[in-house]
Amino acid sequence: MPITETHEIHTRRLGRNVGVALTLMSFVAIVFALTISKISNGNPMEAFDHAVRPSITEPEAQ
Amino acid sequence: MSDFTANSDATPQEARFGDYFALLKPRVMSLVVFTAFVGLMVAPAGVPPVEAFTAILFIALGGGASGALNMWYDSDIDRVMKRTAGRPIPSGRVSGGEALSLGLWLSGISVVMLGLAANWFAAGFLAFTIFFYAVIYTMWLKRWTPQNIVIGGAAGAFPPMIGWAVATGGISIESVLMFALVFMWTPPHFWALALFMKSDYDEAKVPMLTVTHGRPHTRKMIFAYTILLAPVAIATGLTAIGGPVYMAAAVVLNVIFVKGGFDIWRRSEEQAVADDYKTEKKVFRFSLLYLFLHFGALLVQAGLGAYGLGGW
Repeated sequence: MPITETHEIHTRRLGRNVGVALTLMSFVAIVFALTISKISNGNPMEAFDHAVRPSITEPEAQ
Repeated sequence: MSDFTANSDATPQEARFGDYFALLKPRVMSLVVFTAFVGLMVAPAGVPPVEAFTAILFIALGGGASGALNMWYDSDIDRVMKRTAGRPIPSGRVSGGEALSLGLWLSGISVVMLGLAANWFAAGFLAFTIFFYAVIYTMWLKRWTPQNIVIGGAAGAFPPMIGWAVATGGISIESVLMFALVFMWTPPHFWALALFMKSDYDEAKVPMLTVTHGRPHTRKMIFAYTILLAPVAIATGLTAIGGPVYMAAAVVLNVIFVKGGFDIWRRSEEQAVADDYKTEKKVFRFSLLYLFLHFGALLVQAGLGAYGLGGW
């Protein structure tokens, strides 16, 4: 069936599909906004990832 | 083929998006949002607005997830009772499996997102709250003891503590008192409703105090809890989040609530039937205002603090 053809189920479940789409888009927007906020407030952009990262290593006391 | 399969499922009562939303018990979520918001705002540590918004959103979603798990487990009871027979599962619009899956997924998402937005202590607290409501209350206490409302009320009382934990990363006397305020408020609030809402809990085999111990005993317990609640509300006013505005509101509200509890206790069932439970309905409506104004006063007190006018 070509994707352009509208099946009866598409009309019937339009409300549900639009609802899920809006929910997922809101989730993406929230995660994005949260990331920007965290970075703007000085939170670290790197974390432990099973490899040595000198940029996040605490400097040794002299 | 897949179209045919999907089409064969078609029923006149197919679930809409709103039915899935209804599984999250939006009315309960509004209480969770408000008390968690106040808990976060009155805390001594500030939270950036976007992080605060995200934290409240996922606390609410966690509350909603526990609501979906509750509706999944209680669908047999809901089917029997007239008040709940129209809910998405008993009415056949949503299957039990769908509700369970939605509840579990949203629980996981809300806990992880709260951990990322705020801290892992608050996230763990939210996970415990979901567990408490879905397992301790729904699966265990609700069908076992007439004290179900009392202990189960703790689940509804945790959100201000979670809000506080979002800001501070811990627990303190202030957050424990906000918990105690909602915890002690729940029994008189719910039992006042149980007196005039002739629900069919008996048929559903749910032990409610009005049925197991009788209505005069329930009246006595409402009065007892309004007396026990008052010192909790006043004590909250003596902590760092209290102040003159909160204290004035708490004194007035508690005098009215204790008087309401006393009035309910003094009435006989005959008197109540004669005026169609006028006093019970009045006290129930006031109980909603009681909680809203206590937390509202805490918020006002915190707002005034920013201008050097709050606190003791």
